[in-house]
Amino acid sequence: MYQYDHYDHALVQERVAQFRDQVARRLSDDLSEEEFLPLRLQNGLYMQKHAYMLRVAIPYGTLSSFQLRTLADIARIYDRDYGHFTTRQNIQFNWIELTQVPDILQRLADAEMHAIQTSGNCVRNITTEAFAGVAADEFMDPRPLAEILRQWSTVNPEFLFLPRKFKIAICSAEQDRAAIQMHDIGLYLYQDSQGDKFLRVMVGGGLGRTPILSQQLCENLPWKYLLSYVEAILRVYNRYGRRDNKYKARIKILVKAIGIEKFAQEIEQEWSKIKSGPSELTDEEYERVANQFFAPAYEKLSQERMDYHTQLATNKDFALWASRNLQAHKVSGYTSVILSTKPGVNMPPGDVTSAQMNAVADWADKYGFGEIRIAHEQNIVLPDVRKCDLFDLWQAAKTIGLATPNIGLLTDIIACPGGDYCSLANAKSISIAHAIQARFDNLDYLHDLGEISLNISGCMNACGHHHIGNIGILGVDKNGNEFYQITLGGAQGNNSQLGKVIGQSFSAHEVPDVIEKIVSVYFLYRELDESFIHTFYRIGIEPFRELAYGKNSNPDFNQELLV
Amino acid sequence: MKNIIKLNNNNPEIIIQDDWQLLQSEDPILNKKVILPLRDWLEKIPESEKATHQYGVWVAPDDEVEELEPWLNCLPIIAIQFPSFRDGRGYTQAYMLRTRLGWEGELRAFGDVLRDQLSHMRQCGFTSFAVREDKSVTDALKGLAGMSVVYGNSAIEPRPLFRRR
Repeated sequence: MYQYDHYDHALVQERVAQFRDQVARRLSDDLSEEEFLPLRLQNGLYMQKHAYMLRVAIPYGTLSSFQLRTLADIARIYDRDYGHFTTRQNIQFNWIELTQVPDILQRLADAEMHAIQTSGNCVRNITTEAFAGVAADEFMDPRPLAEILRQWSTVNPEFLFLPRKFKIAICSAEQDRAAIQMHDIGLYLYQDSQGDKFLRVMVGGGLGRTPILSQQLCENLPWKYLLSYVEAILRVYNRYGRRDNKYKARIKILVKAIGIEKFAQEIEQEWSKIKSGPSELTDEEYERVANQFFAPAYEKLSQERMDYHTQLATNKDFALWASRNLQAHKVSGYTSVILSTKPGVNMPPGDVTSAQMNAVADWADKYGFGEIRIAHEQNIVLPDVRKCDLFDLWQAAKTIGLATPNIGLLTDIIACPGGDYCSLANAKSISIAHAIQARFDNLDYLHDLGEISLNISGCMNACGHHHIGNIGILGVDKNGNEFYQITLGGAQGNNSQLGKVIGQSFSAHEVPDVIEKIVSVYFLYRELDESFIHTFYRIGIEPFRELAYGKNSNPDFNQELLV
Repeated sequence: MKNIIKLNNNNPEIIIQDDWQLLQSEDPILNKKVILPLRDWLEKIPESEKATHQYGVWVAPDDEVEELEPWLNCLPIIAIQFPSFRDGRGYTQAYMLRTRLGWEGELRAFGDVLRDQLSHMRQCGFTSFAVREDKSVTDALKGLAGMSVVYGNSAIEPRPLFRRR
């Protein structure tokens, strides 16, 4: 856990006072809605279909049990008793009154939290994977550099009115679980054989209307230049990024337009002017920030835990859960636990009630070191659980619907809030997720299918990351009716891919059938324990298309003609 | 120009109206103390007149401030236009003028200049602010200080917070 110092406290407290004043001026009409809009966005406040939505930052997805209880209080007192975890590891409250926002922000500030820059055309929350600092396959803990970058980019006066939003993620593990390649800047942190830290800098990724995976800008940036290098990128983007069309304003369009080589030259030229300045990071600063992260006092546990293995051997349901919902820990005898927020039709993906939040906070204290993580897939992670405590934890989680054994499986759906909440959406996401979850509610079948990611976005803005789901579902509008376009073959992580459109879109009631057909093609063609995505890579889209549309589908179908 | 906040050794003073007059392209130059669009300054003012220190220049978001580099010694004021307060290019232009080109004279923001952005402008090196004329300049003054903590570096404070702790 990162612990605030007096600067961090002063900043969030002053920010609350500032926004309280801005809200008052809006209510008295001293500020027009147009003038207020970017101010509220940079404090996380959106106007949705029915009410204001407040998006609270969860830096690198990390919460203390106290902070999670604070979020539960906010859900209970100011909202309808639940919150929604997002793909960028934030939490959204959907039913917020403008007049109460300053009080909510005050509660957050008192718990070392804020909603600063969770929206707006500025540098957003810096993300890492949910298992940062604990993953067995980690090279280095990415959080100190993420925090250094978070601080630097918070209310940085030059970069608060960029052409468009700007997302940065850092990863330092064998497996990229931070979706690095779909970020405006993605950073792979690694050490060379001498132990020196370097960053592989990727730039120009993003989903939305024009999905693009990022390209490598620099292979081996010494870590001390992190701030000046990011500054150079932001300055070039701020000057030359398009501002005439919001759909062409992300940095990916600029990189694409001038080409990565020319872009790299621009960055090199700008960076050379500021590289050896006061922004150059020091070992002392790295240590200072690294030390502000709470380091758990792990016990020395022997690898062999007889009770745990007995429990696995004697309880099939527990074994099934343990086979999916654990992530290997760097410390022997410990594991990270993933609590699924995708139980099926009872709750929309990512939604968690205040009672569940409070229970998770209690488990974090009882079974861990008081820490909770939020994963990019919208699930909750307890990062440090002793294997001998897993059975107790699992039983507790079962009683409140947080033990669905489906991590990485077809029903572990990533979905945006969609047309039920969002004024941008063309179609609903939640009801489609539920229809699919209901169709695939047989656990044995689901586990037999193995790893398949299914992502749903209610519109082209792609908040549900449909492009990088093995199966992607995109809500589209056809003459005022809600339809769904399906893509196949998307993937996140080390081998990121953008999905391909299978064909014309389907009505809502057709979607579960189509998914079932797609899955049946996989079953037909898969070899040994080949996963869905590998079968797809091997056989291509055509067999899926044929079955989804029947034998008479048009083989000359032109993808470009689709929405 | 009207509705001005001007920093004098970092102390703000309110100026109801000063002598500067902002001209658009093609406006006739009738007085001294006019601020000309960058193009007009570069293309219409002969070099001998440029050196008389009577004209200021203003830049629009699309302009490259580097074009002013040869003339910085001749200019009494540079103004940067904010056609919309949501267009942030003026912040980088100010940073470039101050930090890269070494401009030390008056740097004025004009256009959609509002209370809630004044502290950002000040940190990027602006020293005077022509507040949008329908807004109260006294009220806008409250936005000048901003927050006490700035983590990052800026034109007026090149050291990030970690070098100031």
